[in-house]
Amino acid sequence: MVSLKCPVCGGEVQVDDNALPGEIVEHECGAQLEVFNDHNRLSLRLAEQIGEDWGE
Amino acid sequence: MILGISYDLLRWEERNIIEEGRKSGFKVIPIFTKDVTFLSSEDVPYQDVEAILQRNTSHSRAVSTSMLFETSGFKVFNDSLTLSKCENKLMTTFLLRSRGIPVPKTAIAFSREKALEVAKKLGYPVVIKPVEGSWGRMVARAQDEDTLRSLIEYQEFTTLQYKTIYYVQEYVNKPNRDIRIFAVGDEVPVGIYRENEKNWKTNTALGAIAKPLKIDEELKELTIKVKEVIGGFFLGIDVFEDKERGYLIGEVNGVPEFKNTVRVNQFNLSNFILHKLNEAIRR
Repeated sequence: MVSLKCPVCGGEVQVDDNALPGEIVEHECGAQLEVFNDHNRLSLRLAEQIGEDWGE
Repeated sequence: MILGISYDLLRWEERNIIEEGRKSGFKVIPIFTKDVTFLSSEDVPYQDVEAILQRNTSHSRAVSTSMLFETSGFKVFNDSLTLSKCENKLMTTFLLRSRGIPVPKTAIAFSREKALEVAKKLGYPVVIKPVEGSWGRMVARAQDEDTLRSLIEYQEFTTLQYKTIYYVQEYVNKPNRDIRIFAVGDEVPVGIYRENEKNWKTNTALGAIAKPLKIDEELKELTIKVKEVIGGFFLGIDVFEDKERGYLIGEVNGVPEFKNTVRVNQFNLSNFILHKLNEAIRR
C-alpha cells in the first residue's frame, strides 16, 4: 500500500501499490478522489463529477 | 499483441481487461486520457502499440481520442465514426430504421409546438430522451400532453448540448425487463436480461437486476445486422420485447459496461474481446 494525502482534509489515504491513474478512491472524510500521476508519483485530486455525456 | 487501453475512469471493466490481457501474455498499456496531449506537429507516443481499445466513460473524450488516434495511424476499436453513430440517439434510431431494423416509433422535432403535435400522433404515454445521455438520465415518461410540456420545459432549461432537439418515442409496453446483448467482432457471445420490478427504466445503473440471457437465433441475427449498420468491433445493444412486433432496438452503446454480464453468466468477456481483437488486427 502507498500512503497518500487527501487533498480535501489532509488526512492519510491508503492506496494499492498497483493503483493506476483514473482509479477512484473514497476517503473517510467523504471525499471522492481520483488517483493521478503527478510528475511520476501517484497523487490524489478531487474526482471529476459525472458529466451529462458520461456513461455507457 | 501490444494493446493500448484509452480510458478516463478506471472502472471494473478497464481493470479486468488490463488483468486478463496480462494473463494472456499481451502487453497492455493503459493510456489515461487526461495525461495525454496531441500536438499536430509531433507523433503521438505509444508508437509500438498495435491497437487501441477505446474505453473512455465520457462520450466526448471517447469520440475525440478515437479520432485523434485514428488520424495518427492507430487501429482503434471502436472507431470515432461508430461512436458518433452510437452516442447520438437520433442518429442511431434513424440509421437503423433506414436499413429496415425494427425500432420503437420515434419522433424528432425542433420546436416545442411540433414536439407536442407529433407526440399526439404517437399516442400517450410517450417517452422523452436527451439526444445524448446515458444510464437512463433524464429519460422520462409523459402520460399526457400537460406532463410532456413540463418535461420539455425542463429540457430547455438544462445545459444539454441538444436541448432544442426533441426526441420523443412511443412507450413500448415491454415486460418488466429489457435485453442487453453484446456484439464482439462478428460474434454474439453473451447477453443479459435487465429486470426491474419497481421502475419502468431497466438500466442496471437504476437498480435493475441482471439475469442470464438465452440467445435465440433471431436475436443473434438481429444483433449482427445492427453491428453491420453501426460498425465497430464491440457494441452493447439494448433490445425491447414487444408483444406484437417482437424485438425492437432501443439503443446501441459504443463503450459498454459489462461487469454484471460477466458476473451472472460466468463468462469471461474481457478475455473474449482480447482474443477477437488479436484475430482482427492479424487479419
